[in-house]
Amino acid sequence: MSRKRTRVGPLATPESTADPLDVDALLDDQNTRIIVCCGSGGVGKTTTSASLALRAAERGRKVVVLTIDPARRLAQAMGIEALENTPRPVEGVNGGPGSLDAMMLDMKRTFDEVVEGQASPEKAKQILENPFYVALSSSFAGTQEYMAMEKLGQLHRDAVETGDYDLIVVDTPPSRSALDFLDAPERLSSFLDGKFIRLLTAPARGPARLMTAGFSMMTNALTKILGATVLQDMQTFVAAFDTLFGGFRARAQKTYALLQAEGTAFLVVAAPEPDALREAEYFVERLTGEDMPLAGLVVNRASTAPAGSLDADEAMAAASRIDRTGAGDPEQTPGLTVALLRLHADRIRIVEREAVLRRRFAAAHPAVPTAVVPALSTDVHDLAGLRRVGELLAAQR
Amino acid sequence: MTGKGGTGKSTVAAALALALASRGRNVLLCEVEGRQGIAKMFDVDPLPYEERRIAAGLPGPAGRAGAVFALHIDAESALLEYLAMYYRLGRAGKALDRFGVIDFATTIAPGVRDVLLTGKVYEAARSGRKKGTSSKGGAQYDAIVLDAPPTGRITQFLNVNDELAGLAKAGPIKKQADTVMTLFRSPRTAVHLVTVLEEMPVQETSDGIGQLRSADLPVGGVVVNLVRPRDLTGDLLDAARRDELDRETITGQLKDAGVEVDDSLVDGLTAEARDHAERRALEDAQRELVQAMDVPTYELPRIAGGVDMGGLYDLAAALREQGMA
Repeated sequence: MSRKRTRVGPLATPESTADPLDVDALLDDQNTRIIVCCGSGGVGKTTTSASLALRAAERGRKVVVLTIDPARRLAQAMGIEALENTPRPVEGVNGGPGSLDAMMLDMKRTFDEVVEGQASPEKAKQILENPFYVALSSSFAGTQEYMAMEKLGQLHRDAVETGDYDLIVVDTPPSRSALDFLDAPERLSSFLDGKFIRLLTAPARGPARLMTAGFSMMTNALTKILGATVLQDMQTFVAAFDTLFGGFRARAQKTYALLQAEGTAFLVVAAPEPDALREAEYFVERLTGEDMPLAGLVVNRASTAPAGSLDADEAMAAASRIDRTGAGDPEQTPGLTVALLRLHADRIRIVEREAVLRRRFAAAHPAVPTAVVPALSTDVHDLAGLRRVGELLAAQR
Repeated sequence: MTGKGGTGKSTVAAALALALASRGRNVLLCEVEGRQGIAKMFDVDPLPYEERRIAAGLPGPAGRAGAVFALHIDAESALLEYLAMYYRLGRAGKALDRFGVIDFATTIAPGVRDVLLTGKVYEAARSGRKKGTSSKGGAQYDAIVLDAPPTGRITQFLNVNDELAGLAKAGPIKKQADTVMTLFRSPRTAVHLVTVLEEMPVQETSDGIGQLRSADLPVGGVVVNLVRPRDLTGDLLDAARRDELDRETITGQLKDAGVEVDDSLVDGLTAEARDHAERRALEDAQRELVQAMDVPTYELPRIAGGVDMGGLYDLAAALREQGMA
């Protein structure tokens, strides 16, 4: 091949490229107990999580992967299309001492189980039937995030007890705010501890000690807006839930501590697009700020640079020269070669743009090891595909 | 405008707003859960909770262009405004805030957040129709483009009634939800879905259309975004896929154009062509699925250098040419 003179973006300097992420070292390290994949929606988080889990299993780890919302065919391939809320062994994992179990999160069921596990059967029934609980457990914007963390806590406790797993890989929900899941434990405990809830429970506890002018103004306002039944449902719910508050908060905080612990590794997943990388940046900064152990960045769907030395401008110039002279086989007008040159230029421009975006990220966060995974021409929906992504993840120079 | 993450729904929403703002029409572009995406796209300062003029529309063939206004809606501001407007709860509103109710209602209370966000969009639509009503700045809108939550959540988001069902069976907030639903279910609303020609987004689009329809929400069209260039067509595309392109013609034409040709250059170009042809075949298969959805479809090209303001106008022009605006 001829000498390289592919032009790169204006900000490009070789120094600002991040260190490659050593995926196999991370997976092989027996101290790695939890891997959390986070990032905005549509960047391939689920595929990355499943590929890492499969690769770890085939390298001898006993792995369980918790997915949130896998594509139907991928879920089928992993044998988890039914929502069971417990891990099932994945068929077709290549031999050795390792194993792979997978599960898909059932948010409502997880919530129900927590309630059932913490309250007396009678009280649990009362809570589960409360309309406010039904709404909270199935549609509250933060419930999915919180329940993912709750399930992680459960899996971790089970793993420690039974020794069934030595690595848990977690996919995170595609939050509207990519940071929701980190906030979930704190938000839940601040909700449960909040003044408002205290106030709601106060009347139920007996004499209205707290019936200040401000409070009655507030309840009046709420009744006016929501209607009296809503407030009543909420009060009943909160009163019933009251005894569980302590337990809930303790669990939320435990999970948070677990995330900060040494055996946890966060991987931020992104695509080489401005929005996705901006989200990734938020994540990196937030994780660092919260003392969460960040292992690296995975950039999926990267375009691969074409071979050869012809740059985009040269290709376009040549294309317009051919176009102008009308050269070539009249059968093939407007010309095969023109089309090839245009495609070539288009591809180079995309590669350059992605390189600029990645370098910009690396310049701002030079300490974040990065793995770049080239775009695949098809979606991944079987173990062979996951294995291939795993290889690409591990093959960073 | 909805779409799966990564399909570019915000970009398409912005392009549609520009396209609609032709022939003197005024358009309001709303975002409800963004990180100031509109401000970034249009390169203006972060938007407040207030309508702002951000761009001139695409000049139409007949006469002057309208303007694009933008509004960043956040639930907290919407709730406080709502309280002030309907209940004159100046003081009580503050009391609510002090007791953490605002925080509670906007982040935790199920469904309330969406009622507030959609309620504000409804208000904007209403003030656009009736002259002289309360809209800030008195702007009148001929169209509102909402950069809505992603496909997976869109039906739940717009179907505020159901979200509140079982929670608020009566009362003002329920009445508010009903009013909003009447507009969303009317022919004045169209929910457009953005997709790319890949398996998962197309599947999700098809699921999304089904969910919208069963909730009686009017489905508009599907915008296929980030479509690859189509310089190669027909037989040439087939030949490229089979690796049977005429290398001699290529070499000859390159030489004539003054390009230094060697085998590796021709190898590279034909390999790129093969790769491109393979992806085009996959795209075509997905396109067939999109066309089978039986809704109007529109296509927008992938812009290699990324979408800047110029790119947005190009996309807007493409949407207008295809009759979407």
